[in-house]
Amino acid sequence: MTTGRSILHLLLGAVLSTLTAALFTVLVIFWGAATISLFTGPSGGALLITVYVVVMLALPLVLAWFVHEIAVLHRLRFRRLLEIDIAEPALTLRSVGRELMYLVWALLIAVPATVLIVVPPAARRFVRHDRHTADRWLGPTNVEILKQRVDWLRHSRAAVVLATDEERQRIERDLHDGAQQRLLSLAMNLGMAREAITVPSPEADAIVAAHDEALTALSELRQFVRGLHPAVLNDRGLDAAISGLAGRAKIPIHVSVEVEPRCPASIEAVAYFVVSEALTNVAKHSKALIASVIITRRGKSLHIEISDEGRGGATAKPGGGIAGLIQRTASVDGKLSLSSPVGGPTVIKVVLPCG
Amino acid sequence: MRLILAEDSVLLRAGLTKLLTDGGFDVLAAVGDGEELLRSVAEHEPEVVVVDVRMPPTHTDEGIRAALEIRGKYPKIAILVLSQYVEERYAHDLLSAATSSVGYLLKDRVARVRDFLDALRRIADGGTALDPEVVAQLMVRRRPDFRARLTPRELEVLRLMAEGRSNNGIVDALGVSHSAVEKYVSNIFAKLDLPPTDTDHRRVLAVLKYLGDR
Repeated sequence: MTTGRSILHLLLGAVLSTLTAALFTVLVIFWGAATISLFTGPSGGALLITVYVVVMLALPLVLAWFVHEIAVLHRLRFRRLLEIDIAEPALTLRSVGRELMYLVWALLIAVPATVLIVVPPAARRFVRHDRHTADRWLGPTNVEILKQRVDWLRHSRAAVVLATDEERQRIERDLHDGAQQRLLSLAMNLGMAREAITVPSPEADAIVAAHDEALTALSELRQFVRGLHPAVLNDRGLDAAISGLAGRAKIPIHVSVEVEPRCPASIEAVAYFVVSEALTNVAKHSKALIASVIITRRGKSLHIEISDEGRGGATAKPGGGIAGLIQRTASVDGKLSLSSPVGGPTVIKVVLPCG
Repeated sequence: MRLILAEDSVLLRAGLTKLLTDGGFDVLAAVGDGEELLRSVAEHEPEVVVVDVRMPPTHTDEGIRAALEIRGKYPKIAILVLSQYVEERYAHDLLSAATSSVGYLLKDRVARVRDFLDALRRIADGGTALDPEVVAQLMVRRRPDFRARLTPRELEVLRLMAEGRSNNGIVDALGVSHSAVEKYVSNIFAKLDLPPTDTDHRRVLAVLKYLGDR
C-alpha cells in the first residue's frame, strides 16, 4: 500500500464520513420533527397527519438502508484504493448496527486523518488501524465466517464420502465381472475334473486339492466383496442386505428394518457397515446367545439399534472396531452412542441423517 | 433329461453347458435373456430349465419372472433358479407358485459340481432344492422363535430338510443312522405342531410351508 494511496484513502474516507453525517443529521431532524409534531398535536389536515405517520414509521427503515449503502461505498473505497476485499455480511439488524459503528468511527477519525496527511508515515499506520476496524465492523462476524466455512467443509466432505462409495462400488463391479467370474469358471472346471476321477492317484489328489482351494478362494473373494460393498444393498435395500448378514451370523439375530422411503446410498452403506461390524464384534467378543438389529426411519433420520445380552464391557479403544464405527458414522454427520456395562447388555445406537 | 439353460455371462454359459452335458443332461439350448428363454421353451418343450435371476435388459429379475411364467404355462417343467445373492422374495415367489420340482441356489454352488448335479436331479425328480444360505436366512427372518424349542441337532435336520434333502440325503450329510433321523424328524414335527406326513417330499413341503409363514 503506497503512501499516496493511503493518503487518498484517508481523505476520501473523511469526505464520505462528513457527507454521511450531514445527510444523516438532516434525516434524523426530519424524523424528529415529524414525530414531535405528531405527538404534540398536529396541525393541518388528514393528509398532513398521514405524511407525518408515514415519515415516522418509514424513516428508521430508510436510515438503516442508508447506513447499509454507505457501508458498501466504504468497502468499495477499501477495494479500489487499497485492494483489500471485505466480504459483505448477510443483511440483518445486527449487521446494520455493526456497520453503523464503523460509520461513527470513520466520522471520529475524519479530522485527525485529514491532519495526518502531512506526516505520510503516520498516514500509513493510521490506514492500518482503519483497516482493522473495517474488518471488524464492516465484514461478517467471526461466527458467520466460521459458519460459512463449516458449510463448505460439510459439502466437500459429503462429496468425498460419495466419491469413496462410488469407488468401492466400481471395484465391486469390476471384481464381480472379472475375477469372481473367472474364479467360478475355474472352480467349475476343477469340479468337473474331480467328478471324472474314477481311480485314485496322485494326479487325482492334486485335482481334488486344487478344487477345494478354488472353492475356498471363491468363498473368501465373495466375503471380501460383500464387506466392500454388497450388491444386494443397491438392488434391494437395507432390509435384504441386513437379512443377509443375519442369515450368515453364527447366532440367531432378530431383524426389524423399516425404512420407507430409502435413504441415500452413502447413508445405506454406512448403516450396513455399522451393523456388519457390530455383529462381527458380537460374534467375536460378547458370548451372547442372541442379538437384535432394529432400523427405523423417523422423518429425516435413520435410527439403528444393535443390542445383545452378552457379557458387555465393550469400549471404544483407539484403533479398535468401535472407534472405526464412530469415524465412519461421523463422516456422514451421524452420531453413535455405546452402552456396554460389564455383565451386559450391550446396546449400540446410531443416528444418521437421511435426506 | 432334456434341459434348457439361460445365463447371460458367456463364460458361465459355456462352462455350465459342459458341466450339465457331462452330468448326463441333454442341453437343448443355451440362451442369454428372458425372451429367448420363453421362445426356446415353447419350441423345445424341455423337462428342466436352469435360469439365472439377472439377465438383460434390466439385469434385475428377468429370470425370476420368466421362471414364474414358465411354471404357469408348463407346470410339469422342473425349474432351477440361480442367483448372485439371497433374495427372500424370490424364494417366497418361487415356493408359492410351486411346491415341487423347484430350486433356488446361489451361483457359487455350481462350483460344487457333485452337489449341484445332485440338486438338479432331485428337482427333476419332483423334489426341491434350496440353497443353505437361503434356508439360513429364512430360518432367521421368518421363524426366529422356534430356535429355542429345537435342539441344535434338530435345527440341523430341519435345515437339511428345508434344503430339500430326502431322509437318505440327511443320513449321508450327518453320518447318523436312518432310525436316528426318523426320531429327529418326528421330534421336530411334534415340537413345531406340524401334522405328521408320510413321504419325504411332503415332509419337505411341510417344513417349507412352516418357514414361509410369518
